[in-house]
Amino acid sequence: MSDIAARGGVRTWLLAESVTSPAQARAQKFYLGWRRFASNPLALIGLGIVVVLILMAIFAPLLATHDPYAQSLDRRLLAPSAAHWLGTDELGRDIFSRIIYGSRITLMIVLLVALIAAPLGLLIGTVAGYVGGWTDVALMRTTDVFLSFPGLILALAFVAALGSGLENAIIAIALTAWPPIARLARAETLTVRRADYIAAVRLAGASPLRIIIRHVMPICIPSVIIRITLNMAGIILTAAGLGFLGLGAQPPSPEWGAMLSTGRQYMLGSWWLAAMPGLAILIVSLGFNLLGDALRDVLDPRG
Amino acid sequence: MAEPPILDVKGLSVSFPGPQGVVRAVRNMGFALGREKLGIVGESGSGKSMTGRAILKLTPPSAVVEAERLRFRDIDLLAADERAMRNIRGDRIGMILQDPKYALNPVQTVGRQISEAFRIHRRAGGREARERTLAMLDAVRIRNPARVFDLYPHEVSGGMGQRIMIAMMLIPEPDLLIADEPTSALDVTVRLSVLRILDELVSARGLGLIFISHDLNLVATFCDRVLIMYAGRVVESLPAAELPRATHPYTRGLLESLPRPDRPRPVLPVLTRDPAWLDA
Repeated sequence: MSDIAARGGVRTWLLAESVTSPAQARAQKFYLGWRRFASNPLALIGLGIVVVLILMAIFAPLLATHDPYAQSLDRRLLAPSAAHWLGTDELGRDIFSRIIYGSRITLMIVLLVALIAAPLGLLIGTVAGYVGGWTDVALMRTTDVFLSFPGLILALAFVAALGSGLENAIIAIALTAWPPIARLARAETLTVRRADYIAAVRLAGASPLRIIIRHVMPICIPSVIIRITLNMAGIILTAAGLGFLGLGAQPPSPEWGAMLSTGRQYMLGSWWLAAMPGLAILIVSLGFNLLGDALRDVLDPRG
Repeated sequence: MAEPPILDVKGLSVSFPGPQGVVRAVRNMGFALGREKLGIVGESGSGKSMTGRAILKLTPPSAVVEAERLRFRDIDLLAADERAMRNIRGDRIGMILQDPKYALNPVQTVGRQISEAFRIHRRAGGREARERTLAMLDAVRIRNPARVFDLYPHEVSGGMGQRIMIAMMLIPEPDLLIADEPTSALDVTVRLSVLRILDELVSARGLGLIFISHDLNLVATFCDRVLIMYAGRVVESLPAAELPRATHPYTRGLLESLPRPDRPRPVLPVLTRDPAWLDA
């Protein structure tokens, strides 16, 4: 690295026209992708919001000024002030601290839903696309049934059947989030299933299961990741919607949707009860949307 | 032939039933193959590749494959089910595809793909598979195998890609190799070196080779025996050395229409097709 620094630093190395090693080529590609990403201010805003959300969730105990569950009825419904930056709610709990802790719940919902829905959709889509025939028809018509209901309504139905609570809400949202991913994975699979390299592994004697898992799925993963990132805003809104309707996280848990719901009753006198968690939901879903859009622009080879 | 043939094909037909009648891609094809290099030559659509795929039973789902006899060593391929075929593909019969650009998975390293071809058929640990792969890469004359092992297919050249493909198909040590136009996608200069490697490995390991090509000269110099196909049928079968003395008018026509640098002609003859060839 010392001779690189002598010739003008890492930037020159990253932009050099003649590449001397595969590592440099890879670093260059990554750097150019990052430049494309960074040249879009909205992308940076989105990334910033998501990073702040993650940091908030990790360092919640350090950032929170009060215990999010500590009630003090003599300090209820206080307006935002130096002591309580975003005011207090109807039980005297500090709204700022509750929003900080709520970011953990939001992030957990988003991650768990992504971890359940993405593999499920990927598996169903690739199997349907690769096997084809009646398997394809059966799996895809099931997918269509799920797609034909609005996400929140379907999630409501599942929660009603499973019982309310955070875990059930996560399962219900995951069950509504996989169909678009399955569709996408199937479409990607159809474009590669006739490819020569799939023929080559079949010629080498690989079983369909092996081909799907080791050769088809890796091809589909990038678009699935982008799709799930774009869906994250929707997941957050659905989770907040369930919380708002009292079917998601239960009190006293500081879930943003549930906070918004209780704040509604005091909205005329104490606007901050509803406005603060509402703003948090708005900003975070905006952040995920901006990030997803930008990732799609950077990672799409046709773009 | 002293020993029994590796592959024995008789009366092989591949047809595609369609709305406008049945398209017969391969008709009544037959040959026996020992430890030799058999060339199959013909125009596009004459059924060369479909013959190769029919042997491995990897024809498109709409195809109807019929044969009087389709035996590989002591296995009746006609009776083999899909599971049995998977054990044969790769392990006993390998097939090299035309273009390495498309025949290698773009998102996996070269080394991983070759060792996977090995591990499908052998219970081998990661380290053993890696060593075998490196040895195989060395056998196809790839300098610095350890570096190439970690490259992605887009990072290697066409000739190198085809050598990797050969390595991938030879690593389970099959008895029979079907090469479907293995050099058509390569530059003329690389073609010969790839062929030489293929030739050496096939001879050293005593494999049977079916070499599918449309290049008459190449087949004549490279193979022991040549089958000439027209419209799904074998019209002529003869030792490669006797190709210049071929008798069938179709073979003669093909030979005539090759440009020859030593004998320039003002007009290159065009093949005139005789409908009688379809059935004769």
